[in-house]
Amino acid sequence: MTTDIITPLATFIAEKILKQPGKAIAADEALISSGLIDSFSLMDLALFIEDTFGVRIEDTELNAETFDNLEQLAALISSRK
Amino acid sequence: MTTLPNLLQHNYREVPDKTSIILQHAGQDDKPLTYRDLIRGANRYALTYSREGIQPGEVVILILQHGEDLVYSFWGAILHGAIPAIMPFLTEKLAPEKYRADLASLISITKPTTIVTYPEFEAEVRGALTEGDSVRHVILTNQIEAESEPNFETLQGFKSSPEDIVVLQHSSGTTGLQKGVALSHRAVLNQMDAYGKAIKLDPASDVIVSWLPLYHDMGFIACFLMPVLLRIPLVDMSPFDWVRAPYRLHQAVSQYKGTLTWLPNFAYNFCAHKIRERNIEGVDLSTWRAIINCSEPVHVESHDLFFEKFSAYGLKKSALQTCYAMAENVFAVTQSPLDGTPAVDEIDRETFMTQRLATPPKPDSPTLKMTSSGHPIPNTNIRIVDESFNDLPNRHVGEIAVQSDCMLTEYFNRPDATEAAIKYGWYLTGDYGYIADGELYVSGRKKDLIIVGGKNVYPQDLESLASEVNGVHAGRTVAFGIYDEEEGTEEVVIIAEAESTSPSEQEAIADAIRKHITKSSAIALRHVKVVDDKWIIKTSSGKTARSANKEKFLNFSFR
Repeated sequence: MTTDIITPLATFIAEKILKQPGKAIAADEALISSGLIDSFSLMDLALFIEDTFGVRIEDTELNAETFDNLEQLAALISSRK
Repeated sequence: MTTLPNLLQHNYREVPDKTSIILQHAGQDDKPLTYRDLIRGANRYALTYSREGIQPGEVVILILQHGEDLVYSFWGAILHGAIPAIMPFLTEKLAPEKYRADLASLISITKPTTIVTYPEFEAEVRGALTEGDSVRHVILTNQIEAESEPNFETLQGFKSSPEDIVVLQHSSGTTGLQKGVALSHRAVLNQMDAYGKAIKLDPASDVIVSWLPLYHDMGFIACFLMPVLLRIPLVDMSPFDWVRAPYRLHQAVSQYKGTLTWLPNFAYNFCAHKIRERNIEGVDLSTWRAIINCSEPVHVESHDLFFEKFSAYGLKKSALQTCYAMAENVFAVTQSPLDGTPAVDEIDRETFMTQRLATPPKPDSPTLKMTSSGHPIPNTNIRIVDESFNDLPNRHVGEIAVQSDCMLTEYFNRPDATEAAIKYGWYLTGDYGYIADGELYVSGRKKDLIIVGGKNVYPQDLESLASEVNGVHAGRTVAFGIYDEEEGTEEVVIIAEAESTSPSEQEAIADAIRKHITKSSAIALRHVKVVDDKWIIKTSSGKTARSANKEKFLNFSFR
């Protein structure tokens, strides 16, 4: 079930944020604390989630304490669907 | 001539109940601070500095986030006559060991006696200290004296003279942290007087709204010192909150009838691309009289994007303005006249590139659109000079030299750097530009500096970091910036020569460089290219030729 969420997220991050299409991102790979996603791109991620899954992530939640990898992010999205 | 403590005291006596700063934090109520709050909070810190035996003239480094403690510890240092310097706070993605190394390099040159930080950050700070260094006190925000009425007779800052150094400003990275720009009371106050006139500042009607960090001159001077000293209310949000929700700026302008904001060029693109209508429904931007583009090269396209997006909310086209500024002149050097839109000079591209001349367009030839940075502010003179320091005629590109009554006293404890930068009383900016119709057009940089999102980045810092990665030929790396039109700012490119020629190993090395640089400098790299031996062009003396490598990279177009 979560792959339905993780796959589009991983594709979006690799293509649009990292601009390295085809780059594989592991489900447990640190995204924010590692600096992989810089703060200027966090909002892009939130907007993508809203458009794709219809789930709001508040700006105050855009930090490593709320989610730091694809697994945690997918769980957050599922819990709000 | 007065001093900063005198001016603050004057404000307190005359308008104790006037709101000076409204602090905003996402998810919390706004916190207004009056001049009474400000001086009483600052007094707590001044008493603490005194208790600890800190002497006037000693440097106090503030490692604090946006908030009351930063405001009070800063003004407390001013009241005590100590010299405050604001250091960026550790962000979650920056490696703590790198942060400690940065702090240690600042300590080695600036020689502060004191660091102020949070209890939870104490271990981090102590980790950067070494036996025998200058730091004698680490003051924590939970060890501050209780609030009391300030005693202006005993506060040491009132003994300062206008020529004394009042603050230090640093830029980022190892190179920047080792060059503290030392400013006197006189310089700060002269800048405010001249710049206030240039922007027709009016305490009765102006409100400044800012998300800029205070460790950078644009935020520190225009959006902190100036409003507090000149009684302009300041609405101040955290840069961390803004970057996650840029619409907060527009909401704050609407709510508090904001009139003035300073932004780096990328922020115009960022707001235009990322703010959604539903977050700014009903906002009124008609009070915004100037949004001043400063601290990275100005692109008129960024203004156009911003205006198209927000004109429906009452934004006036005439609000989009420009300024050329640097910490070495306290802040502003030039300012566009606020009664129109900044002039745009369309010039022939080829003549500009090959002869360094800004001439009118030729029929059917490609052109460049240059945006004016305006006129020098009233106390500042500029010259355009060649390499032998001769004046160049109008429309000839040369180095911009600045002279004023608000220049830096020195680079703190760096007579070598001071001597290199100031020639015959003129500060050589390292920027190229030309003058046309009395207005300055900034066209490039002599120094190899990359400006990303308003932040100065020294390529040599990034190159040495890339050299640390396994598999990279030490010393065979080059860093430079290329302008990205979509983002409205420069993007950092790193090229590194690898020992291996295998594509998969080179890919792995590129990943490792990306990670290492992000952790060590908080700079997000867009392009990392790992290449075979002998790709990088060196000068005959073995130095890396950054501009030649940039050209080679662009021609290869493996972007």
